[in-house]
Amino acid sequence: MNPQLIRGLGYITASIFFIFGLKMLSSQATARRGNRVSAVGMLIAVVTTLTAMEDIRWFWIVFGAVLGCVVGVLAARLVKMTAMPEMVGLFNGFGGLASLLVGWSEYHGKWAAADPVSLFTTVAIFLTVLIGAMTFSGSLVAYGKLSALIDGRPILYKKQNLVNAFVLGAIAALGILFCAQKLDQLSSGGSALVYLELIGIIALALVLGVLSTIPIGGADMPVVICLLNSYSGLAACAAGFVIGNNVLIVSGSLVGASGLILTRIMCKAMNRSLANVLFSGFGSATSAKGAGYQGQANPIAPADAYLILEAAHNVVFVPGYGMAAAQAQHVVRELGELLHDNGAEVRYCIHPVAGRMPGHMNVLLAEANVPYEMLVEPQDVNPTMEMVDVAIVIGANDVVNPAAKEDQTSPLWGMPIIEVDRARTCIVLKRSLNPGFAGVDNPLFFKDNTRMLFGDAKASIASLVSEFKQ
Amino acid sequence: MFLGVELIKKVPSQLHTPLMSGSNAISGITVVGALIASSREGGTAIATLLAVLAVLFATINVVGGYLVTDRMLEMFKTKAKDGGKP
Repeated sequence: MNPQLIRGLGYITASIFFIFGLKMLSSQATARRGNRVSAVGMLIAVVTTLTAMEDIRWFWIVFGAVLGCVVGVLAARLVKMTAMPEMVGLFNGFGGLASLLVGWSEYHGKWAAADPVSLFTTVAIFLTVLIGAMTFSGSLVAYGKLSALIDGRPILYKKQNLVNAFVLGAIAALGILFCAQKLDQLSSGGSALVYLELIGIIALALVLGVLSTIPIGGADMPVVICLLNSYSGLAACAAGFVIGNNVLIVSGSLVGASGLILTRIMCKAMNRSLANVLFSGFGSATSAKGAGYQGQANPIAPADAYLILEAAHNVVFVPGYGMAAAQAQHVVRELGELLHDNGAEVRYCIHPVAGRMPGHMNVLLAEANVPYEMLVEPQDVNPTMEMVDVAIVIGANDVVNPAAKEDQTSPLWGMPIIEVDRARTCIVLKRSLNPGFAGVDNPLFFKDNTRMLFGDAKASIASLVSEFKQ
Repeated sequence: MFLGVELIKKVPSQLHTPLMSGSNAISGITVVGALIASSREGGTAIATLLAVLAVLFATINVVGGYLVTDRMLEMFKTKAKDGGKP
């Protein structure tokens, strides 16, 4: 068999593995195998590539790969489940960075080999470094926001869109200049000017990545993470065009598509358009605030909360980012079990955009061994909310904010929420009355049937658990 | 692209995270590109350096991505335990 054929077969096999792997990932029973199938696909792709290469610089490749493995394994093993969103974001950024470097390296390679370069290739290089750089810096910002290294609130300034448009225009201009080069007519080494253009594009794309992520608030992070994921796929896809490699093109577009779909699911869950998420600077000073605190919040002590819960027959937990931040998932499960043993029906209602990444709460509760059957979605609970004796809101804020239904001026207006305000009693665990990530005041806190249990969510739940055990 | 759309139209929210990080791992496929770029004939030193860095980051993306996904899915295994279903 000739090497060309082997390589073709290898790549096709790898692509099929990826497709099947993703398909299996979308159902509960086969998800784990699906992940492994796609990992095997990756292995096939890498081995195929190595067999097809001549003149391999083994030392360097092994050096890079081993170091990468060590870092990857350590990071994946050591990360806490609550820190998962930022970890995934960071990995994603690395993928983008790698694509950027491939494009950059190819640029040098083409020159050194003095290959005639087609317009197609220059455009592909341009797109690779652009998307790769945006993904990288955007993911870094997301990482910073999620791990609280930088302020999670949207950063907005006047003429923001103008600045972005200017940067985008500059990139486009440089890109046109860069792609218009007749690269094949240049002597080996290339002209300094063209190289400067490339560097300029990279630098500006990095800036654009930052600019386009800073106006996005933490509550919108799930959307952003999905979008960046999609970008990293597109970057890989573009890199595939640069080096003319099918497996990159196929799997890159696969990831691009799946990222986009997830992004759409997230946006739907918030009833907002993607453009709105990207440009509105949710919860900023410019958007309409609620009317401030409307009335009196009713605080409650754990001992009294225990009495309410003890008498409850139907309890719904509504977890949010606060549960993740306080790492309260284990005590929550414990309380859930105690309530269950006490004869109450216990469910966990999870809003699709609760937390900081898609499915964030599901992961945490799974980690705490909450049975899958107890997790329900808002549409399962809302219709019968009047039957719910107690809704326990743990650090969720915007996804239970009745303003989404009642206040047309609210930035949350129209977002489907978990309507805990209709439950007989609603106990909200929070550290203070401060608004949540979206910066929108929550009238829920001041309703007659709401009780505020102030303090750290983990400590509060733990004290409820100990009340039960006495 | 169409493939992607076909695949993921209906996903339970339970699996959003693994799906995301699983596809994230696949985006590390760029490691293949990095490998190819690292071994061009007569590649200059700087081209090689950039490519090796690309190998490094893509590997982190791949290895980390798959392991993290696996860890999460491990937790999703329905375990028999008290306090579960009545």
